[in-house]
Amino acid sequence: MHDTVVFKNKILPYFLLAPQLIITLVFFIWPAGQALYQSFLIEDAFGFSREFVWFENFVYLFQDPEYWNSMKVTFLFSAMVAVTAMGVALLLAAMADRVLKGAGTYKTLLIWPYAVAPVVAAVLWWLMFNPSIGILPYWMKFVGHYWNHYVNAGEAMTVVVIASAWKQISYNFIFFLAGMQAIPKSLIEAAAIDGASPFKRFWQIVFPLLSPTAFFLLVVNVVYAFFETFGVIHATTLGGPDNATRTLVYKVYEDGFVGLDLGSSAAQSVILMILVIALTVIQFRYVERKVQY
Amino acid sequence: MKKTLIAAFICSLSATPALAKTEIQFWHAMGGALGEKVEDVVAGFNASQNEYQVNASYRGNYNDTMTAAIAAFRSNQQPAIVQVYEVGTATMMAAEGAIYPTYQLMEEFSKGFDQSDYLSSVTGYYADQNGNMLSMPFNSSTPVLYYNKGAFAKAGLPDRGPATWAEMEEFGQKLLDAGYACGFTTAWQSWIHLENLSARHNVPFASKENGFGGTDAELQFNGPVQVAHIEKMGEWQKAGIFSYSGRTNEGSAKFYSEECGMYTESSAGYAGINANAQFEFGVSSLPYWDNAIETPQNTIIGGATLWTLRGHDDDAYRTVAAFYDYLSDPVVQADWHQFTGYLPITYSAIKLSEEQGFYEQNPGTDTSIKQMTSVEPTENSTGLRLGNFPQIRGIIDESLESVWNGTASAQEALDRAVSRGNEQLRRFERANR
Repeated sequence: MHDTVVFKNKILPYFLLAPQLIITLVFFIWPAGQALYQSFLIEDAFGFSREFVWFENFVYLFQDPEYWNSMKVTFLFSAMVAVTAMGVALLLAAMADRVLKGAGTYKTLLIWPYAVAPVVAAVLWWLMFNPSIGILPYWMKFVGHYWNHYVNAGEAMTVVVIASAWKQISYNFIFFLAGMQAIPKSLIEAAAIDGASPFKRFWQIVFPLLSPTAFFLLVVNVVYAFFETFGVIHATTLGGPDNATRTLVYKVYEDGFVGLDLGSSAAQSVILMILVIALTVIQFRYVERKVQY
Repeated sequence: MKKTLIAAFICSLSATPALAKTEIQFWHAMGGALGEKVEDVVAGFNASQNEYQVNASYRGNYNDTMTAAIAAFRSNQQPAIVQVYEVGTATMMAAEGAIYPTYQLMEEFSKGFDQSDYLSSVTGYYADQNGNMLSMPFNSSTPVLYYNKGAFAKAGLPDRGPATWAEMEEFGQKLLDAGYACGFTTAWQSWIHLENLSARHNVPFASKENGFGGTDAELQFNGPVQVAHIEKMGEWQKAGIFSYSGRTNEGSAKFYSEECGMYTESSAGYAGINANAQFEFGVSSLPYWDNAIETPQNTIIGGATLWTLRGHDDDAYRTVAAFYDYLSDPVVQADWHQFTGYLPITYSAIKLSEEQGFYEQNPGTDTSIKQMTSVEPTENSTGLRLGNFPQIRGIIDESLESVWNGTASAQEALDRAVSRGNEQLRRFERANR
């Protein structure tokens, strides 16, 4: 006797899976295969002369100091976005968790930015930080600072980190708040009776119990910073000054869509694909299994 | 009832071909006011006859438009005409199977085409080695200097732009002394302060006649003239005489807001400045270093041309030729030139504008024409034809930014840009051999 349900029909399961499989094949596997193939080619923009060159595109990339610079920029940028977005979200969630009156309003307002389209958000920040017409540089002039992120690399990085993290704060906030509300009140009350201060209660009880959420968000935020911040960078700094904010994704765009160097651009996409696969493996293997208390 | 409907339907089917005009697609990159003007020109052409119809569509900025057209070509959906910016010239030229050279097209399908009426300093940029036009000049501009007359009066300066860069320093300092935040800013730094700087001082930007002689050219813009200029610009950036505002034309905002009293920009910026500046401004020619050259050379052009793509039938090409003839018509051309500030592409359009009294009523608008036509172009001032030029511009932008923020000296930055740019040239040569 089997407990499991067995489909008698051999075709029906495949038929039911077909829509999902077709979408995956057409929109993911096929383009990925194309990118892989393209990364082994050197060809002109119109595709008249194409030459199969094996790993020459990759060798070229790894010998290019600018590629390593872009790699460094991406990791630095992602770390800063993740830390900023998660830090602020955790702080806000901890506060919102304690609010008694008007909690709904606060929560709605805090989640709101997530509904803003990335490009719109980027344009808003571009306007606010614009050295000529922006309100923030205007105010900074009063304290004697001349803001110009078109020249200053640190300031350019600050703009893209703020603009990227701002949107992600809302997302992180929802998860942190939900995580906090899932923590049994009895644990916190017991600690309070034992004389633990609110700060201590947070670090000793709430924070460890939130760690699965935090790890999940870390992966999500890093993936976000890697792959979804193109619009922000494109609208604010265009990767400049002197490549200070040119992330790997932005470089793919520049080489492929501006420069029409499809081979190199495809090789870079393949490397990014490997990176995102690695992140996904970490997410499933490590995070989902081990970080449980 | 049903039968009548079907009959009407069949009638409409058979009636359509009789009314049909030859339709072609024209993809362009002109947004805003310029885009509307392009629509006007195209509508004018469509109304001027009843055999042909051109459908213009805006495809985003220059990059987007070119990328879209190439992608379309690869999937056999290409438009008959596409507008491509000057830095894409080498890419288009190298794709011999994709382009229909304008001189061949016009020989075949046009009645009264005469290449000698076109400004040689404009067509030269887009001609093959025998001087034959490969693409149709549409919107060409050249850098000039705009200055704020009110600010000049306040700073006790004469009512003219600085003629030399040494004077630029002096004028800029006087503006700072008069309380202005900066002396001058610029648009398109690579185009104005390296490409045009080299042409104006008759020094090569790249070997092989700036790339006209073959794809094996090497960049040479790290010579003494260019290094000295960029070094000065770096000093001026520190002193406030120059203020960097971005890679494209973000500098306009600083000129409009009267933060900077002078602005080096394309002659095509005229319409925008005219619309946005709440003060009187003058136009003067791009300064030069009088210790580097006695009589400055002509400047080179920027902007875009129309490329005809292969893969259409003769009727379509007849339409294209008719459209190009229409664009070259003195009346159409003079109107386009006067409205946009782009250079007129034919001598007859210049003559017509003169006769109409346009240059007298709008002083300064002929600065760009004089700058382009006053001397005979040399091999250093005909233009640039370099593969992967969009990337090379990017590399130059990055390197210049490192001078402006003080992290590299002019020599270091330009040496680095040359060696990285050469890699791009070799890659292009490799892909197109």
